[in-house]
Amino acid sequence: MSLLEIRDLEVQFPTRRGLFVAVAGVTLTVEPGQILGVVGESGAGKSTIGNAVIGLLEPPGQIGGGQVRLDGRRIDDLPDAEKRRIRGRRIGMIFQDPLTSLDPLQTIESQLVETIQIHLGLDLAAARSRAVDLLRQVGIPEPELRVKQYPHQFSGGMRQRVVIALALCAEPEVVIADEPTTALDVSIQAQILDLLRRLCRERSVGMIIITHDMGVIAEVTDRVAVMYRGRVVEEGPTAKILGDPDHAYTRALIGAVPRPDVRLHRFPYVDYIEGLAGKPRATLSLREHWLGRSRDFGQAPGRDGGPLLEIEGLGIRFPMNNAWLPRNRRYLDAVQDVAFSIGEGETFGLVGESGSGKSTIARLITGLYRPSTGRIRFAGTEVSALTRDRDLNPFRRQIQMIFQDPFSSLNPRLRVMDIVAEPIRFHRLAGSRREVETVVRDLLEHVGLGARAAEKFPHEFSGGQRQRICIARALATRPRFLVCDEPTSALDVSIQAQILNLLKDLQDELRLTMLFISHDLPVIRQMCDRVGVMRHGRLLEIAATEDLFERPQHPYTRELLSLMPRFDGLSREGLQVEDSGDAASPSARDLG
Amino acid sequence: MAEIQAETRGRLASLADSDLWHSFKGSPVTIASALVALLLVLGALLAPVVAPHNPFDLASLDIMAANLPPVWAEGGDPAYPLGTDDQGRDVLSAILYGARISLLVGFASVLLSILIGVSLGLVSGYVGGRLDAVIMRVADVQLSFPAILIALLIDGAARGLLPRDLHESLALYVLVFAIGFSGWVQYARTVRGATMVESRKEYVQAAQIIGIGPATILRRHILPNVMGPVLVIATIHLAIAIITEATLSFLGVGVPPTSPSLGTLIRFGNEYLFSGQWWISIFPGVVLVLLVLSVNLLGDWLRDALNPRLR
Amino acid sequence: MISFVLQRVLQSVLVILAVALIAFSLFRYVGDPINAMVGQDTTLQQREELKERLGLNDPFVVQYGRFVANAAQGEFGISYRHRRPVSELLAERLPATLELSIVSMVLALALGIPMGVYTALRRDGALAKSFMTMSLVGVSLPTFLIGILLILVFGVILRWLPTFGRGEVVDLGWWSTGLLTRSGLAALIMPAITLALFQMTLIMRLVRAEMLEVLRADFIKFCRARGLPSRLVNFRHALRNTLVPVITITGLQLGSIIAFSIITESVFQWPGMGLLFIQAIGTVDIPVMAAYLCLIALFFVLINLIVDLLYFAVDPRLRVRRGRA
Repeated sequence: MSLLEIRDLEVQFPTRRGLFVAVAGVTLTVEPGQILGVVGESGAGKSTIGNAVIGLLEPPGQIGGGQVRLDGRRIDDLPDAEKRRIRGRRIGMIFQDPLTSLDPLQTIESQLVETIQIHLGLDLAAARSRAVDLLRQVGIPEPELRVKQYPHQFSGGMRQRVVIALALCAEPEVVIADEPTTALDVSIQAQILDLLRRLCRERSVGMIIITHDMGVIAEVTDRVAVMYRGRVVEEGPTAKILGDPDHAYTRALIGAVPRPDVRLHRFPYVDYIEGLAGKPRATLSLREHWLGRSRDFGQAPGRDGGPLLEIEGLGIRFPMNNAWLPRNRRYLDAVQDVAFSIGEGETFGLVGESGSGKSTIARLITGLYRPSTGRIRFAGTEVSALTRDRDLNPFRRQIQMIFQDPFSSLNPRLRVMDIVAEPIRFHRLAGSRREVETVVRDLLEHVGLGARAAEKFPHEFSGGQRQRICIARALATRPRFLVCDEPTSALDVSIQAQILNLLKDLQDELRLTMLFISHDLPVIRQMCDRVGVMRHGRLLEIAATEDLFERPQHPYTRELLSLMPRFDGLSREGLQVEDSGDAASPSARDLG
Repeated sequence: MAEIQAETRGRLASLADSDLWHSFKGSPVTIASALVALLLVLGALLAPVVAPHNPFDLASLDIMAANLPPVWAEGGDPAYPLGTDDQGRDVLSAILYGARISLLVGFASVLLSILIGVSLGLVSGYVGGRLDAVIMRVADVQLSFPAILIALLIDGAARGLLPRDLHESLALYVLVFAIGFSGWVQYARTVRGATMVESRKEYVQAAQIIGIGPATILRRHILPNVMGPVLVIATIHLAIAIITEATLSFLGVGVPPTSPSLGTLIRFGNEYLFSGQWWISIFPGVVLVLLVLSVNLLGDWLRDALNPRLR
Repeated sequence: MISFVLQRVLQSVLVILAVALIAFSLFRYVGDPINAMVGQDTTLQQREELKERLGLNDPFVVQYGRFVANAAQGEFGISYRHRRPVSELLAERLPATLELSIVSMVLALALGIPMGVYTALRRDGALAKSFMTMSLVGVSLPTFLIGILLILVFGVILRWLPTFGRGEVVDLGWWSTGLLTRSGLAALIMPAITLALFQMTLIMRLVRAEMLEVLRADFIKFCRARGLPSRLVNFRHALRNTLVPVITITGLQLGSIIAFSIITESVFQWPGMGLLFIQAIGTVDIPVMAAYLCLIALFFVLINLIVDLLYFAVDPRLRVRRGRA
């Protein structure tokens, strides 16, 4: 008999278009002291399982079949009052976002004490000392002091520790953690995962960690269940699933995870997840095509073979408050004294945690912000000194950007045709309406969406497809420099692989120069020739990618690298490693 | 050609299948209020055609028919279904013509509010900085004064500024200005907030990177995306504007007595309440409430339908 | 904390000065003060002398300064219509308006907040739904119409309650109250209900909307996931978080009660400031209008200040952030 047993669970959401089955036929077991990982991409139904177990499905969701047993006793059909007694007391729950999981108006103590008293019936003094104990156990320094504080006085990682303490108040036997580290920076993420693993072992709690992140799975879980479209496609010991998966979907998923340890020429073909509308279009010869035609930009790079983009002493500060008196104003130096240069055709990476200023640099280069200090030189011209639209427009044409969030980077009210045509029309790059439309259709075809996509609205596309539209828009001015700001961090890993492949292909074909910004070191390794590491608005180290990963110089870089998840036993089947000598031909156009 | 037809059909089909239409169909209260609102608006628009009498044609007034009760009461006259007032004016016709004025003032002042509020909100939210601070401070101050008080003040000032006869003929415009000007703040605040959210979105940054200027970005990209909440506010504001107009007219500072609105009719009738001629004020009152209630119900439905989270 | 309060007080003073500017402009440029004071047969010479004597030829800023200084001492000049000092007129009528407004405020809050909480918690209950429907009718009924209906039913048909005036009042020093006599209380019932009804429905809908918003928050879901009973979740966590935004808007609403009393007073011929004001508009009695405007601004500013202080009491985030700054 297992601690927690989910047998043949089905969860349904009645909608007016019929019954939507979010989860079907799911069977999972959790043993004491064991961590079960549930992994899957968005919409796979993994969070629904957690909510169903503790009886908190969002209405109108309901359990349509199957059983949930805790210690052999069925709990899914209990009356509400008894379910409530199980929640917190026997099954604890941890949610994704620590910033919104705590009541902002109550002290940490009152939230802990209240939960302790409800479940354990201790008196106030005992509950208080237990609250302090709990905080100490989850690694909060000076717990006697901090217990009196309010949630907003804690940082994100500390708040997640408080959330964990709350979940552990009544010594539950099972803890369900739904994406417990997704909202946190990588260094904090490692600490929280350590904490969870330690608590699980020490208290022999059975734990379910729900996540989309293969790194988390590899790091902490003992067993793993892979979910795809509401079903568990494969379940087993973590080492076995990651090292030698049976199911095609699992193989595809693992193949799509960027490798921290080797550089691949391209990601393996993942077609299991998101079938694309377009057909293979190897017939198109880019060199003759509109995109490839000689892009006469007027200016050549300053010196022959010299850098396309040069940045010197770049800095920007933002006012923190709105004081009218100059002496009361406070500033945040988002970027300070940054210098680097990017050669024609090169991909330069910027890596760092959130708030390190890397996105600010993207916005400085694209002219969204004006620098407070320093110079940005593009193709020999100091663009940061230009002010008039007439002078700036030729450069705006040459520098384009791809954003992080594919859901907010497309105007929902415009058709894809108008979205992609906007830069062409604005810069008057085509002679007639007909030509504009032909070019747009070609571009959409080229990024793997098919020409018919032009007539649709953005909401008709998935995240990955939207990112392709964004790429088409960025290419519409025939730019020579592309800034990619976390272009795949909002996407599922399989989609990420497709988008990264597409970017690599386009770069080869169009000889694009790229600035590639990411917090994800494995992705950086796959994409970049040289990398700069940023922290607190400063550039700490610049090195060739392989050097950086093999021989990091700065201590911070070493720390970042040490936190990177290792997939030691990961399956290598079907991977084309770049330095394997087999110059894997890029003509294998497997995107379409 | 065939493609275009397919496209249109697709759009109609998607409208019929849309959540908006579906929630409309599924709510009998909403359908009923839409019908009532439609009926009242049509009755008001077509007043010269459908009204049994012309209440402003002094020659047609029959003093013998004064103070008649509604048709179902004792002494009622079928020619005057809802009775007559002290001068023999048909109450039903007066209501139809009155609703015309009420609706006219209501719609015109809502449009004026939208015009002022949306443009200030867009600029304030997009430009930010000092300009934003100034506009929002003014809005804060104005918001702390109820609309009706501001409308009263504007009307009072206009009375002082304009010569009497001129004021008479401009009263309607003054009223529209007073109500419209007192209502812009809510639009401005909502639009400003939505504009700030939208302008931080990446599609706006994409447009800025292309080089598109602020005016085009506001018009082409931001405005269409902030109009949803404006529509909801406008519906509810229409109800408020109609009430405000009625209230001002009831207080005697609204429309001139020569073109009475529903509020004016209630004011006239109020004097006869104590002598038993309740129908002179109550019927216009009922129509006013029906009108406002149906608009409010539609606004409520629209808010919930556009914002499924709130259901 | 102290710096925040000081900042708020400073802002309030600015608001009052701005309103005083509007009031002064009304006073000075809308209608001619000289015309209002002298008869038809005054010569141009005499008018000029009067103008000079009253300081109407001084620069704008000087006149404005004088206006503000006088206003600060409660001096707003002579009413054109009543030929009496405006401050006297207002002082006479202030108690009537304040008593009516405060009674209505208490009524609106005492009923509106519980009904809002109830409708949010029992969203699909029959009673909650009927509350919601009633509230929509309430919002759709213009205040003056509520008054007329009450007068028709309880005054004209049933003859239970007086339809106008304040009844007998008792003088307590400069304050005259109607709360101590039977007829005074009877006269207060209908105006107070009229004034409270609209505000009550607004407050109820507002509390409901805010509470539903809070109930969807993550921390509420986490409370449930910890097995807290719904009573604790709803009242200790959800309600307290609801009150933060509700306090602000309720404050504004209460301010508007004083303004809406204009309508109620005029329907019930209640001898308060509102009635005085509406008569002043009809007769273009500018000094009364200007004084009323300044007084109302003072009320609003005071209410806003109290609301800000209440915020501190409720929201620890503000306390700490402002405290540090």
